[in-house]
Amino acid sequence: MAHVLELSHIRKSFGAEIVLNDLSLSVQEHTATVLIGASGSGKSTLLRCINLLESIDDGQIFLDGVEISDPLINVDEVRRKLGMVFQSFNLFPHKTVLENITLAPMKVQNKSKEEAVESATKLLKRFDLADKAHQYPDRLSGGQQQRVAIIRSLAINPRLLLLDEITSALDPVLVNEVLSIVRDLKSDGMTMVLATHEMGFATQVADEVCFLESGNILERGSAQEVLHEPKNPKTQEFLQRVHQAGRL
Amino acid sequence: MSERINSAWSPSSRELERARARKGVNRKQAMIAAVSSIIVIGTLITIVVTSPGWEIVKKTFFDINYGREVFPTVIAGLWINLQLTFIGGACIGVIALGLALLRTTKSPALTPFRFLATAYVDIFRGAPLILIILLVGFGVPALRLTGISSNVIFLGTVAVVLTYSAYVAEVIRSGILSIHPSQRAAARSLGLTSAQTMRYVVLPQAIRRVVPPLLNDFVSLLKDTGLVSILGVTDAVRAAQINASRTFNYTPYVVAAILFLLITIPMTRYTDRAIRQRTSAQNAEGAI
Repeated sequence: MAHVLELSHIRKSFGAEIVLNDLSLSVQEHTATVLIGASGSGKSTLLRCINLLESIDDGQIFLDGVEISDPLINVDEVRRKLGMVFQSFNLFPHKTVLENITLAPMKVQNKSKEEAVESATKLLKRFDLADKAHQYPDRLSGGQQQRVAIIRSLAINPRLLLLDEITSALDPVLVNEVLSIVRDLKSDGMTMVLATHEMGFATQVADEVCFLESGNILERGSAQEVLHEPKNPKTQEFLQRVHQAGRL
Repeated sequence: MSERINSAWSPSSRELERARARKGVNRKQAMIAAVSSIIVIGTLITIVVTSPGWEIVKKTFFDINYGREVFPTVIAGLWINLQLTFIGGACIGVIALGLALLRTTKSPALTPFRFLATAYVDIFRGAPLILIILLVGFGVPALRLTGISSNVIFLGTVAVVLTYSAYVAEVIRSGILSIHPSQRAAARSLGLTSAQTMRYVVLPQAIRRVVPPLLNDFVSLLKDTGLVSILGVTDAVRAAQINASRTFNYTPYVVAAILFLLITIPMTRYTDRAIRQRTSAQNAEGAI
C-alpha cells in the first residue's frame, strides 16, 4: 500500500515554545490515524501544519510522494487535495448550507452550478440533512453544523481528510451523530488523520493510534496496543486521567 | 400539546395580584415621566419666550410668510445637495472599497499601492473637509489643466469624495479586520485562493457588519455637502444665505435647517434600528 502522507522530522515552535519536536509519521491509503494526547500536546498544530495553515521550522511533509513543505509549491493546489474539519465548525454564516458546500467545487474546481448542487444534494441526503439545504448555519444544532462542515470538506473529493477534535465543541448527545459520519467515511475507505478525545470512538475507527506528548509521538500502534495495553508510563498516566474523567 | 395546556390555563389569584401591582408601578412611573417632561420643557420654552430679544428673534428667524416665499429656492438648492450626496456616495463606495482592499492586501506586487493608500487615508482623514474643498475648488482651476472642468459643483463633489473615501475606507477596513481568522482558515483549507477568500467569504460578512456605521457616514455626507456652498454652488445653504443677506431676515436658514432635518432624522432613526438588529444578530452568533 502506498503512503498518502509522510511526515519526517517535523519541528515547529511558536516563539520559545516548542510545539512539534522531531515528529515523524506516515499514513497509508484507506487508513485512519488517530492522534491522542492532552491539550497542548501538538495535535492541532500538527494537523494545521499538514494543511499548510502553519509553516514548519524543519523537516519535510510529503503528500503522495510530493514534498508539500517546499516553499515554492502552490499551497492552494495542495489544499484542494486535503479536507479539513475544525473543532468550531467554521461554517460561513452568510451562506446557506448548500452554498457552504458548493462554494469550493464551483470556485476551486470550476464545476457548473448544477453539477455542484447535484453532488452536494446527494451528500446531504446521504447524511440526513437534505431538509436543511436552504437553512443558514445559525438555525442548525451544533451536531448538524459539524456534519455540514464535514460534507463541505468532502465536496472537494479530498485525498486525505484532517479532523481536528471535531466533537469537542458538542454536547455529549450530539457527539454520536457526528462520529457515525466518520465511521461511514472510514468504511468508504477514506484516508484520515484525526485528533480526538473520544477514546471509545478511537478504538472503533483507528488503524493506528499515536499518543502525543510535548510535540512528539511517545507511543504508537493499534488501538488495542496503545489504548488498552499501553507500555509507556506517560501514556498509562494520560489514559488513567481520561478514564477518571469518564471518557473511555 | 403545549398549546392545549396553555389554552386551559387561567392565571392564579397570586398572578392577578402581581399584575395589578405591576400596573400600579407602571402608572406611577408614567406620571413621574410626564410631570418631569412638562417642567423641563416648559421652563425652556418660558426662558426663550420671555427673553428680552424674543420679539426680534421671532421676526428675523421665524417669519412664516417670508419662509413660504423663500421655500422654493431653498428646496431647489436642497436638490443639488441630494444629487451631490447620491452621485458622490456612489463614487465614495467604489473608491473606499478599493482603498480598504489595498490596505488589507499582502500581495507583494501591490506594495507601493498599499503605501499610497495608507498615505492617502492619513492625509484626507486628517485634514478638515472645508480646507480640502477650498484647495480643490480654487487650486485645481488655477492649474489650468485642459480637460478638467472648473465647474464648482464638479470640484466641490470631487473634494467631498476625496475626503469621504478616506473615512469610508477605514470603516470597511475595520469590518474586514473584524472577521475571525477561523473563517479565512476554513476558506483557504477548501483550496480557495486569498482573493477568492476575500471575495466570497470575508468581504460579504465584513460589509454586512459595517452597514450601520456606513449609514451614519451617509447622513454626515448629506450634511457636509452643504459645505460646497463656500465655492459658490447654489445648494440649500447657499440659497438660504443669498435670501438672508438680501433682506437681513434669517428665516431662510431655519427653513434650510428644517429641510435637512426632515431627511436626516428618518435616516438616523433607520440607522439606529439597523445597529440594534446588527447587535442582536451578533449576540445570537455567539462565539463566532
